Amino acid sequence: MANSPVTTSEDSSGLMAKAIKEGLFAGLLALGMFLLYVGIETYQNIDNKLVWRTRWGLLAIFVIASAVGRFLVVGFIRPHIDQRKLANAKAGIPEVSDHKSFFQTHFLKIALVALVLYPPMAVMLNGVQGSLKFVDNFGIQILIYVMLAWGLNVVVGLAGLLDLGYVAFYAVGAYSYALLSDQFGLSFWILLPLAGILAAFWGIILGFPVLRLRGDYLAIVTLAFGEIIRLVLMNWTEVTGGTAGISGIAKASVFGIYSFDVGASNNFAKAFGLPMSSAYYKIFLFYVILGLCMLTAYVTMKLRRMPIGRAWEALREDEIACRSLGIDTVKTKLTAFAIGAMFGGFAGSFFAARQGFVSPESFVFLESAVILAVVVLGGMGSLIGIAVAAIVMVGGTELLREMEFLKHVFGDDFTPELYRMLIFGLAMVVVMLFKPRGFVGSREPTAFLKERKAVSGSFTKEGHG
Amino acid sequence: MTSGTQTMNQDTILNVEHLSMRFGGLMAINDLSFQVKRGDITALIGPNGAGKTTVFNCITGFYKPTMGMITMSQRGGDKFLLERLSDFDITKQAKVARTFQNIRLFGGLTVLENLLVAQHNKLMKASGYTVMGLLGLGSYKREAEAAIETARQWLERADLIDRADDPAGDLSYGAQRRLEIARAMCTGPELLCLDEPAAGLNPKESLALNVLLNGIRDETGTSILLIEHDMSVVMEISDHVVVLEYGQKICDGTPDHVKNDPKVIAAYLGVEDDEVEEIIHEELDGSAQ
Repeated sequence: MANSPVTTSEDSSGLMAKAIKEGLFAGLLALGMFLLYVGIETYQNIDNKLVWRTRWGLLAIFVIASAVGRFLVVGFIRPHIDQRKLANAKAGIPEVSDHKSFFQTHFLKIALVALVLYPPMAVMLNGVQGSLKFVDNFGIQILIYVMLAWGLNVVVGLAGLLDLGYVAFYAVGAYSYALLSDQFGLSFWILLPLAGILAAFWGIILGFPVLRLRGDYLAIVTLAFGEIIRLVLMNWTEVTGGTAGISGIAKASVFGIYSFDVGASNNFAKAFGLPMSSAYYKIFLFYVILGLCMLTAYVTMKLRRMPIGRAWEALREDEIACRSLGIDTVKTKLTAFAIGAMFGGFAGSFFAARQGFVSPESFVFLESAVILAVVVLGGMGSLIGIAVAAIVMVGGTELLREMEFLKHVFGDDFTPELYRMLIFGLAMVVVMLFKPRGFVGSREPTAFLKERKAVSGSFTKEGHG
Repeated sequence: MTSGTQTMNQDTILNVEHLSMRFGGLMAINDLSFQVKRGDITALIGPNGAGKTTVFNCITGFYKPTMGMITMSQRGGDKFLLERLSDFDITKQAKVARTFQNIRLFGGLTVLENLLVAQHNKLMKASGYTVMGLLGLGSYKREAEAAIETARQWLERADLIDRADDPAGDLSYGAQRRLEIARAMCTGPELLCLDEPAAGLNPKESLALNVLLNGIRDETGTSILLIEHDMSVVMEISDHVVVLEYGQKICDGTPDHVKNDPKVIAAYLGVEDDEVEEIIHEELDGSAQ
């Protein structure tokens, strides 16, 4: 933006006036927006009556923050950025550079090493018991979402089929493990692939009726499918235990060699002479889900380079052209649904083994929406982008639980995790404003003649159902 | 009707008989019969709304015709009734490929990937329907390289080799047209149906298109059926022309024959009322014979 104000002496006073004006306006806007949301709080008093009180202090913080923020952006940050861009352009430094730093080229290896070293680091820094929070709440929780989002990515990101009921396959996987291990005493390692197969089967079942639907219609039917599965789980009390769910689900074992059951003779901690702690199980689970994520990523990357993966992406770009090239779009769609559902099933059975308890409450529509949001924020089709989005969105909301210091700012009855969804939504809006194609908007071509050039997001389509 | 009523022989690749297509009350095609000869470039022309694209959609399975029979005879002697096959099977089994009036490329895939998607069925088989390929078994790797080689040849022929790794959506209009033809050829068709391949091309690009189409016919032996408005293309390259008006065939023959047919001239240029009457009389006389 060469024509935006460059801070010469006569311009700067005008710029300050503009900054102050915009800052005041932003403050006014924030006052209008937050007056009712933040300024007034409703709560139930001891007689169970709804009463309200004002929080002018908090409102003032919101308004001042937005006014000062806008003032700084207009007055200082933006001119600074413009100036730097102008200087770069004058010096002939291109804005988009082909040069990749060491970190960028080896990003995947560095990330994998960091993930493998994560649990030992957590144990070293916080002790065995203290590591529980980091390994379980952050590590496993985020990785489950990474895996779910990577699974959904096959359906939404590659094949361009908008699936709002993905959590149904997660539920199928979880209940498959819970029920089959409960009834037949089968081990986690047998039931994991079985849960994947069952979920894939349900993916095909869902796929058949929706094959002819596109766009909004497809989204509605998949949404309904997700709800049907949840309602069945809720009401088929004899089998699923209804709303009470299934508890006491068997833990996973180290391939049957070591068990994590406290009473078992081959208990992991006993066998290695370690003090009893539930942390070992979580650390073990961390590596299991890490392995599952790696499997998902490997299969997805491999499939993209296969004819079926290319057909998925072609389907997203133009279904009619696909048919004119002799591609059976019915089979192509079904495989996308099945593969996506299979990964959801894996994640589900892992979830059941981790929690030891499943109930329909874990599989509400909100979960589907969060997984879909992670896929969209990450950049449809990009594995790295989706992983980053999962870390930011899921890790970020988990982080809210840790923000005890906010209580000192906003008062003792302030519970940050209640603002989880508000912040989640805000973060989505911000990301979509600045990165409308998600964190990683470009796509890597699956084959090349001379050089591998990333395809800009402005050429790819989102799919039409 | 002169050359159109030849008896069906070994040389006919596509035989359209009594084709009718009705949309509600509209008879888009009415009892249309024509033949496409093997190794020929056959042009389907006619004023706007004559039903040319509808004929194409019937041949390539995007519409199911109300009536009629479309027979595709392959080199090996296999015959396919196209009106009974679904659209993708027409490309896969009967080996009829097509392009679209409004270009339908995979804009977010690279030029090379577009051509690889076109070789889907061949690669799918080579990869053991993905399973073998995923495990690294079988002939997938070799076939994938062969597919890239095929794509490279077509890119060279379509003069797109320098753009191979760019997204297809980034190409200019003329290049997109050529890419769509190259992509259709990558499916290995015996009959190539082109819906207005020269639309929106400048004279130089039109000329390049003529060279490309002649090359396809002469070097691969693929028969071509094309819809075209650009008479310079039609008269230059086609061996046989079928003229449609209001869903009916009004003329059928060599370019020179068609050019001089009064009914064709009337359909394209419009004529005085008394001349129309004259033609109608002629037609009545003709059909009475």
